[in-house]
Amino acid sequence: MDLNLNPQETKFRDELRAWLQSNVPDDWERHRLSDSMEDRFQFLCAWQKRVYEAGWAGVAWPKEYGGRGASLMEQVIFTQEMAAAGAPPMANILGLALIGPTIVAFGTEAQKKRYLANILSGEEIWCQGFSGPNAGSDLAGLRTEALLDGDHFVVNGQKVWNSYGWAADWCALVTRSDPASQKHKGLTYLLVDMKSPGVEVRPLRQLTGESEFTELFFRDVRVPAENVLGAVGDGWNVALGTLAHERATLGVSAQIAMRRQLDRLVELSREMCRNGHRASEDPLVRQKLAQSYVENEVLRLNQMRAVSKIIQTGAPGPEGSILKIGWSEANQRFQATAQEILGPYAQLTEGSDLAIDNGAWSYSYLRARGNTIEAGTSEIQRNIIGQHVLGLPKSY
Amino acid sequence: MPQVRRLMETETAFDTALWSKFAEQGWTGIIFPEKYDGFGLGMVEMAAALEEMGRALVPGPFISTVLLAGTLLDHAGNEEQKRKYLSAICRGEARSTLALLEQSASWDLDAVQLEGKGLPKGGSLPDGGYQLNGEKLFVSDAGIADFLLVAARIEGELAVLIVPGNAPGLEKMATPGMDLTRRLYRVSFTNVVASPESLLGRGERARQALEAALEVACLGLVAEMVGGLQSLVDLTVAYAKTRKQFGRPIGTFQAVQHQCADMLALLEGSRSALYYAAWALSENDPAARTAISVAKAYASEAYRDAGNKSIQVQGGMGFTWENDAHLYYRRAKASEIAFGDATYHRERIAQSLIDRQPSKREASLAAD
Repeated sequence: MDLNLNPQETKFRDELRAWLQSNVPDDWERHRLSDSMEDRFQFLCAWQKRVYEAGWAGVAWPKEYGGRGASLMEQVIFTQEMAAAGAPPMANILGLALIGPTIVAFGTEAQKKRYLANILSGEEIWCQGFSGPNAGSDLAGLRTEALLDGDHFVVNGQKVWNSYGWAADWCALVTRSDPASQKHKGLTYLLVDMKSPGVEVRPLRQLTGESEFTELFFRDVRVPAENVLGAVGDGWNVALGTLAHERATLGVSAQIAMRRQLDRLVELSREMCRNGHRASEDPLVRQKLAQSYVENEVLRLNQMRAVSKIIQTGAPGPEGSILKIGWSEANQRFQATAQEILGPYAQLTEGSDLAIDNGAWSYSYLRARGNTIEAGTSEIQRNIIGQHVLGLPKSY
Repeated sequence: MPQVRRLMETETAFDTALWSKFAEQGWTGIIFPEKYDGFGLGMVEMAAALEEMGRALVPGPFISTVLLAGTLLDHAGNEEQKRKYLSAICRGEARSTLALLEQSASWDLDAVQLEGKGLPKGGSLPDGGYQLNGEKLFVSDAGIADFLLVAARIEGELAVLIVPGNAPGLEKMATPGMDLTRRLYRVSFTNVVASPESLLGRGERARQALEAALEVACLGLVAEMVGGLQSLVDLTVAYAKTRKQFGRPIGTFQAVQHQCADMLALLEGSRSALYYAAWALSENDPAARTAISVAKAYASEAYRDAGNKSIQVQGGMGFTWENDAHLYYRRAKASEIAFGDATYHRERIAQSLIDRQPSKREASLAAD
């Protein structure tokens, strides 16, 4: 086990570091605090384009699909350097982290050629059409239908909780292609052009006030048969691939974001007063900040081990559920800690000049409630660990 | 486990035959130079070995002797002291420990107050020496120690002295604790005389050596804790698969499954933190000290929580003497405390996180 860098890795790191030095926009987070969701997304798209043009997008992807075929160590370096430079996240995160790898695993050569480069450049933004009104945790209960009509599938149904549905050009849609089938059987994974006639996108207003997510309505949408990813009827398998990637990789950016907020909280604690002295000198505050640090570090180190596993076996395993529970629950505890330390000012939102960091903390506190629900609830994750990692009997 | 239970009932929980086997394998000198009969392995290998020992809940003075006393000797000893004492440890011929804590029960070196008074040369002591008076508490495995390394103050300066276990005036009193596999002692010193050659180090040398020894021992203990955590997960899951209620294995019920899943998460988090810390220490990386604190803080609470859940999942059976869960649970408590508990290590982390580093933003604001 060697975390030291060899000459090739050192070169990789130095090149990346130098590029980030010249290209990461100065203090972008502070400047963009009052961005609308759409404006922020545009900013992240522009950023991704820059990263792509410099050859740094999709470092982990095989070279033949536009990536750099990066080794484990290089992937770790990439994540660390991006984090250390405070680089913005990539706009097409679902395409890059979830759907792209699924296409790599299950796609035909034609599909890889057609879709992968545009995922990397951010030219085509992707969303997932998985959950339906009747199928959240019980995803296999989905009812969106895709019936074959000549050389097209005709799709009818409704999806919900699609991140970036409002920004997406393409959708990875899980459908029921065999109407007589139940549960995991008879499902087909389709790649759907969001501009197809019959696709309606409706914003879904979340408890924080804005609409990151959408509902998608499909009314007789025609999808070419060559847009099936994997085999007809094997959609469950393909979807599992996407979900596994989701569990394993969402945590990377979540951990980095949490760490940035923690560093900011430490700064703020030096300026604030609690219990008659500086918050940063209060023993309880120190304990809580240190505990947040501990949890964040454990998250980071677990991620590194998981990446290592992916490299070794080619696919993320069910232990990715540990990561998902890890980042989501750690963030919720962290947000609670932050509210405590920041005191009454923490409840103020954007719009009040007294709000801390333009209301970023009240926002992240509320937004964190979604963490243990999205990308697979904590309850489902624990079921997965119980059944698929520990081998305990199915509870349902 | 039958061996563990047998040794638990003995006075010192020490087994000569087992110790010889460790020596044969090279474990008693695992991280020390071959020059002193050591095995010359690194921190990561040490961690792997300790994990196995923790899994089996090996009783006795391995950490006290090899990691704590051994490292202290390796860092502070002169050539003669290393050849005499460190080699003896590496060859499996001697047991030892560090007497550090006093009544304040603080792991801070500043809390050491036991007086080592300088004795003039002449009379019965032609070369002079030091006279120790006072009391040390929570001394791990002192009962079986052939010699003790004693942290004291000589003229107000921190110092470490090598004192034979049977020195006149030295009294060891067992202070029975929850962990039956590793005994704690009160060691009192009444005019105990130590020769000048017994001085292992003083001042900065003593401080650095003590800090180094405590880091290594702490890391080794965390490794042992990870092994114990693994055993708890294994035995709890095994129980959940076989114990039936309401016509099915209790592992079918989500309330039980979720506790097991949480135990696994505690284990894996501890393991990740451990091996990063071990690697960092092996590289003398500046991040090592904080990494060790992260690992100890996390594992301390993880091992305890896992013990809680293991007993809970096993219901009535979990609460019996015969069930192994409580043996690990007791070890978890002692391990939580040793070398600083989570609160202690969080404060250490706070010092590094809050006090020592101005943030990038602060630095740039200052520069504006």
